Amino acid sequence: MSPTWVQLAYLVAALCFVLALKGLSTPRYARLGNLVGAAGMALAVVTAYAHGAVHNGPLILLAVAAGAVVGVPAARSVKMTAIPQMVALFNGVGGAAAALVALVEFVEVDGSALFDVATVLTVLIGAVSFSGSVVTFLKLQEVMTTRPVLLPAGRFVGAGVALLGLALAPAVVATSSVPLLVALFAVGLALGVLFVLPVGGADVPIAISLLNAFTGLAVAASGYVLGNTLLIVAGTLVGASGTILTRLMAQAMGRPLANILFGAFTAARAAAAGGEQRTVRSGTVEDVAILLGYAHSVLVVPGYGLAVAQAQHAVRELAQLLEKRGIRVDYGIHPVAGRMPGHMNVLLAEADVPYENLKELDDVNPGMGSVDVALVVGANDVVNPGARDDPASPIYGMPIFEVDHAKAVVFMKRSMRPGFAGVDNGLLYHPKTTLLFGDAKDSLTKLLTAVKQL
Amino acid sequence: MIDLLTIFVLAVFVGFEVVSKVSTILHTPLMSGANAIHGVILVGAILITGRAEGGPELALGLAAVFLATVNVVGGFVVTDRMLEMFKGHKR
Repeated sequence: MSPTWVQLAYLVAALCFVLALKGLSTPRYARLGNLVGAAGMALAVVTAYAHGAVHNGPLILLAVAAGAVVGVPAARSVKMTAIPQMVALFNGVGGAAAALVALVEFVEVDGSALFDVATVLTVLIGAVSFSGSVVTFLKLQEVMTTRPVLLPAGRFVGAGVALLGLALAPAVVATSSVPLLVALFAVGLALGVLFVLPVGGADVPIAISLLNAFTGLAVAASGYVLGNTLLIVAGTLVGASGTILTRLMAQAMGRPLANILFGAFTAARAAAAGGEQRTVRSGTVEDVAILLGYAHSVLVVPGYGLAVAQAQHAVRELAQLLEKRGIRVDYGIHPVAGRMPGHMNVLLAEADVPYENLKELDDVNPGMGSVDVALVVGANDVVNPGARDDPASPIYGMPIFEVDHAKAVVFMKRSMRPGFAGVDNGLLYHPKTTLLFGDAKDSLTKLLTAVKQL
Repeated sequence: MIDLLTIFVLAVFVGFEVVSKVSTILHTPLMSGANAIHGVILVGAILITGRAEGGPELALGLAAVFLATVNVVGGFVVTDRMLEMFKGHKR
């Protein structure tokens, strides 16, 4: 049993974590919440060091310093558009750390059966979280394809590996064998990869959120292994809140979680269907400028393409110019615009777009009929009418901006390539749609000049 | 053991309760913040490394300390950067 002062410090740290999560749930206290969490973490780590680092003190400090040297610059320099994959990586290393902790403790201590069960859980979940996070990172970084990857007989391979894990887990508990535990770690790594591979592009953030909850559970299980209440409380908090958050995100996409994670197995068929040639209408910058300059009400629907082109500032300038002409400009922010829920809000806030101009689905859709021009910048799936009308579409059921009800639609696109989810968009072929091809930032700058000349 | 189980169950409910109502705007920062909090495994990593007596345990323990530190500092810094963006845009 740890001394009382240590227990008290852990209690304070645990309270800080609860307050941090609570703060992060409200815009007003979010930043404060994060700082409170960091303070709690600092307290916990200093306490653990003062109390637990009996041997190897300098080496531990060195490892912490090395971790800070790697982590801080990475977090400071990452572009806002690349945040999701960064979170995935940080999550992955956390999972790996939990698995290592349990592994070392297993080697050093001969514990009860319950201890072994907790060890098995930590190692398995930690390994899944680590390898799964690495694959999500590779997907979001577009090192590998963002499409769902289906291995031949992938379902059977997955089931086989899962069964192997189910067989190994009790064997480790029964024998307390270290090599078997290492084998289980390897099985966990394979499971993590197999779990994320079939998840398609737009759904990857959901997978990150779920893996985040997994790491939390691995940490909680490691708390059992070490008999440490702080690890149990903090890990469980993250596991529970991560599960809820995952559900909220899935709801924002209008789809059940199981469909998101395993939907690729059934959706592959639908994509092959719509192969016939359809015509699109593309316009010049001047056409679009006239359309915008003489509108009364414009709705901007930004997507990830806007962020990639770093066009947040250009779009804000255009909006201000239009507002000077007496045109009402709103931004329609889809819950999953960008690559994570809330991602687009962060990006537009960075460009000084006023908070009150950011509108959600329910604010915009009822009045869509009175919108003169819907300007879709680098978004695609979130305005795809197929999500509403076509039950065969893989994104069927996801709430969308019903811009097809607006009087005119302008699509700014780099090419006819389908969106992140790999789904064709019928709206592109709609008679009231005008396409403006080109890099979003480039086109917006040209538009800006053209509108000024009207 | 039952003590620890009690703590676990209560923490589950607290976890559910604190994030039951979150605006979509904050989903990303919240995920990132929770991500930083599970970096608390650093405490576990320090404890086992502080007990290790050389050999592979020490090496693995130090690796765990390193990875957990990346998780902690990276997580909090990224979250803070995200939230900084909202500054001055409050209603």
